[in-house]
Amino acid sequence: MTTSAPAQTPRSSSLSRLTAGPLRVLVSLIVPLITFLVLRWAFIFMRDVEANKLLVGIVALLIGVGGVWALYLITDNLVSLLPEVMRETVRPFVFVGPALVILTTYLVYPVLRTTYLSFLDARSREFVGLDNYAFALTSSDMLIALRNNLLWLVFVTGFVVSLGLIIAVMVDRLGRWEPVAKSFIFVPMAISAVGASVIWRFIYSFQPNPLPQIGLLNAVFTALGGEPQGWLILRPWNNFFLIAIMIWVLTGFAMVVLSAAIKGVPGELLEASRIDGASEIRIFFGVIIPYIRGTLITISTTILIMVLKVFDIVFVMTAGQHDTEVIANRMYREMFTFGNFGRSSALAVVLLVAVIPVMIYNVRSLEGSRR
Amino acid sequence: MSLGYQTARSASNDRLRNLLAGAPVRIVVVVIAFIWTLPTAGLMISSVRPPDDISRTGWWTVFSHPFEASVWTVDNYVQVLTTHGLANAFLNTLLVTIPSVVIPITIAAFAAYAFAWLEFPGRRFFFTVVVGLMVVPLQMSLIPLLRLYIQLDLNGTFLGMWLAHTGFGLPLAIFLLFGYISTLPGEIIESARVDGASPLTTFTRLVLPLSVPVIASFAIFQFLWVWNDLLVALVFLGTSENVAVLTPRLQALVGRRGEQWQVLTAGAFVAMAVPLFVFFSLQRYFVRGLTAGSVKG
Repeated sequence: MTTSAPAQTPRSSSLSRLTAGPLRVLVSLIVPLITFLVLRWAFIFMRDVEANKLLVGIVALLIGVGGVWALYLITDNLVSLLPEVMRETVRPFVFVGPALVILTTYLVYPVLRTTYLSFLDARSREFVGLDNYAFALTSSDMLIALRNNLLWLVFVTGFVVSLGLIIAVMVDRLGRWEPVAKSFIFVPMAISAVGASVIWRFIYSFQPNPLPQIGLLNAVFTALGGEPQGWLILRPWNNFFLIAIMIWVLTGFAMVVLSAAIKGVPGELLEASRIDGASEIRIFFGVIIPYIRGTLITISTTILIMVLKVFDIVFVMTAGQHDTEVIANRMYREMFTFGNFGRSSALAVVLLVAVIPVMIYNVRSLEGSRR
Repeated sequence: MSLGYQTARSASNDRLRNLLAGAPVRIVVVVIAFIWTLPTAGLMISSVRPPDDISRTGWWTVFSHPFEASVWTVDNYVQVLTTHGLANAFLNTLLVTIPSVVIPITIAAFAAYAFAWLEFPGRRFFFTVVVGLMVVPLQMSLIPLLRLYIQLDLNGTFLGMWLAHTGFGLPLAIFLLFGYISTLPGEIIESARVDGASPLTTFTRLVLPLSVPVIASFAIFQFLWVWNDLLVALVFLGTSENVAVLTPRLQALVGRRGEQWQVLTAGAFVAMAVPLFVFFSLQRYFVRGLTAGSVKG
């Protein structure tokens, strides 16, 4: 065992001398070149939408999985060729550089550019000052959209958090059936907003009177003696029928997060309160809620941000017709239907401004955690 | 013996009392779970009913004669997959989704490792920027990126979609992976360095294998996000049948065939099948991923 080790040393060192020499430099330059050409070919090939789908798929997966890795390995190898003093200064940027480039291209630059565009006219030619913001905040169309966004924020967040909390407390007492009950309520979270919209359009489906109702809501409503209603055109209530969809989707999410927090409340604390004769309701408000306050705040902000940007449900259900417009849907319509890039940008900025407090809070708590 | 009988009886009494005390809670939970399941159940049942039945009677009427073969059919699925091109859209969705999950994870893992364990100028500043970008609404990016894509001919390509989803998913991915990677024990990383391992080797052999749990959580979140996304697909990929993914195709069906419920119900279920499968097979990781990923802009 020990004798064979020294015997191998000369051979492996000569091999490493060979690869460390000019050959290694050559390999290190040719491999990247070939990779670059392959990636370039793949890039052009994948832009070609007419190419065979399965072939594109295979190339796609190879590039998606392998190409990115290859790029890192090659750049790291190239850095190793640098003089030793520079090597360790440059290397971190091999690791972090691609991320920074993508973040700059996909987020930092667009944020600046969109902010700039929001001060230009529909075709981004003339400077129009605050006109687009005047539209975004005072026009009659937008006032409806802003009102609706407010309705969404208040009702979705309010219902989701309180329902989620109540259900979380209740399922906590189910014992071994708890996971089953939770998954029933959590399932909608896996469904896309488009899928959820189809599901609920079916529930809200309307047929004029002599015809049988195939929508669940009208079937129940007519069975109770009501006239069938076109729920989605019944303003202003139609907003609430859309809001119900998002409540259905998100309640399970709030429940799961809050349930985990409730499980963290120490048993002794609850036991002590019960011995002191506190009622379950007092324990809920006096012990559980204060204990999970942090989680409550986090989940509420998370849901507020999700709701603020609501788009899919409105787009699929009503496309913003019948006074159901919201900011994000209007932003999309200004962009694609009306081709007004100035207004569209201004609406995006409105959404950004609304999340800035959360952004500041996140950065602050990061600074706090560093200390 | 009588003592044993006594305890047994009082135990069963206790259980009975607990059961009775818990009964209202149980009933309420069952009712809620039932209400939450009803919408999806209605869709699924309708998707396997003949078109005429769907438009003439409510889906709940199947329960009056569930054993007649004539009330069930799979034709709706055959129709949406072939005539309405959802089979192709399904394939497209897979092609968009898989690289859109793998690429951001790779790039974020390298970056998170550098932020956590390598020294470089601007490290704190760049990381603060990443955290700040996390909640930026992606609406801010649509117009400039669309123009850029049109210039580069990337509009309507899968490549464009992967890069877009990579860009939008990256801040969260870096943040989550950093949170995990930075808490790995420093001695391990240090000893690897002392042993002469390069940062790359340390990363691939040590950091990456140790980070599998957090990578799995993010992967599930990103997978669902990309699979279920509508906005990014509408803007950068479009609705042409050749490339379109499931969500815009389904949305187009709602617009054009709003009352053809046999098409819509089966189509919606085709779009939901994979996420539901992920949900039921990987539920634990699913919950962790969603909880971790919910702050994304």
